[in-house]
Amino acid sequence: MRRQLLDFWVGLFVAAGIAALVFLALEVADLTHLGWRGGERYQVEAEFSNIGGLKVRAPVKSAGVTVGRVAAIGYDPQIHKAVVRLEIDGRYRFPADSSLSILTSGLLGEQYVGIQPGADTETWQDGDRVWLTSSALVLENLVGEFLLGRGGGGDGAR
Amino acid sequence: MTTLERVVGLVGRLGAPVVDAAVGLGAATRFFLSVLAASTSCLRRPRLVVRELYFIGVLSLAIILVSALFVGMVLGLQMYDTLVRFGSEDIVGMVVALALVRELGPVLSALLISSRAGSAVTAEIGLMKATEQLSAMEMMAVPPVARVVAPRFWAGVLAVPLLTAIFDVVGIFGGWLVAVPLLGVDDGTFWSQMRAAVDFRLDVVNGLIKSLWFGVAILFIAVHQGFHAEPTAEGVSRATTRTVVRSALVVLGLDFVLTAFMFRGFEGMG
Repeated sequence: MRRQLLDFWVGLFVAAGIAALVFLALEVADLTHLGWRGGERYQVEAEFSNIGGLKVRAPVKSAGVTVGRVAAIGYDPQIHKAVVRLEIDGRYRFPADSSLSILTSGLLGEQYVGIQPGADTETWQDGDRVWLTSSALVLENLVGEFLLGRGGGGDGAR
Repeated sequence: MTTLERVVGLVGRLGAPVVDAAVGLGAATRFFLSVLAASTSCLRRPRLVVRELYFIGVLSLAIILVSALFVGMVLGLQMYDTLVRFGSEDIVGMVVALALVRELGPVLSALLISSRAGSAVTAEIGLMKATEQLSAMEMMAVPPVARVVAPRFWAGVLAVPLLTAIFDVVGIFGGWLVAVPLLGVDDGTFWSQMRAAVDFRLDVVNGLIKSLWFGVAILFIAVHQGFHAEPTAEGVSRATTRTVVRSALVVLGLDFVLTAFMFRGFEGMG
């Protein structure tokens, strides 16, 4: 009896611990959502002249839906551009003339890569390079342009 | 001549603690290896481990559950109070979950377990030594490291990550309790922000790897201090105190080292 009770409590403890692990994996980290279930994935590389504050593991979205993650960010000294490697869920195929841009969710939110699908019949394949990109909006540049633009406009009106 | 002797004495006084520390470290390493070598007894007699799992794991549940609930609740309250100034109270779930899964869960449960169970293990083994039960075992050709030390060590190493996972979940529930029903954060936003931010590999798994190492450190310190306690009442009490103090220091130091290795900032540089 004593031994059975002890076994019962230990069993309950281990079961609670494993249940907590499963809860952390499925509910908190949302493991079911993307890729981790061994789903097929493919990678494309994109050249950006400025990536702003893009981070590794930032989401890749199309029409607002997360379809992949940023796998790596590097710098190509030959062309002086940032090279971003994107890992995209194999269920989603994009036309070869789709374009990429770095967007910000909200005014101060995280930056992500947006895909605007093109119209080509061919799709991106694993290892493709994408040139059709637009850079991140850098707030400082924007403010600078805005100030200069206004100054020029004032001169022209005089 | 006298100056030479004085210089030798001074340098010797500098060297003695270093030599002592090296000898102590070597002895501890040998003891660790002997525990590992004696671990096959745990596989041959799993009942010993189950019994210790009860004392270290099940009996620590109460303190883990209550602390986790309150830590989660106070975290939710404080984070809400700060985030609401920036109008971002929606991400309170994400902040609570990340803080718990990455740092607070592993570290706080390790500290609680070391004071709740580590000290008990030291006192138990120390008292067994003081009452010469360990020598008696050796007389009967029962190796005390295999019979007494290894089951406690492995039970603790198993129990710490499980208790940490429970701590994380209960803490997140505590944060939810404050944020959603009490302060009126939207339920769906709470969970979706959390899910978007918490990564399984980088946050959950790394947190559990941390707690596994904390378990090894805490239980090794506990059994080592107990097994090498001075066999007197005073010696056992000193060993118990040392277990709690050293576990706390080692856990906090190890936490920094492990976090630095896992820090995701380095990944972007490759």
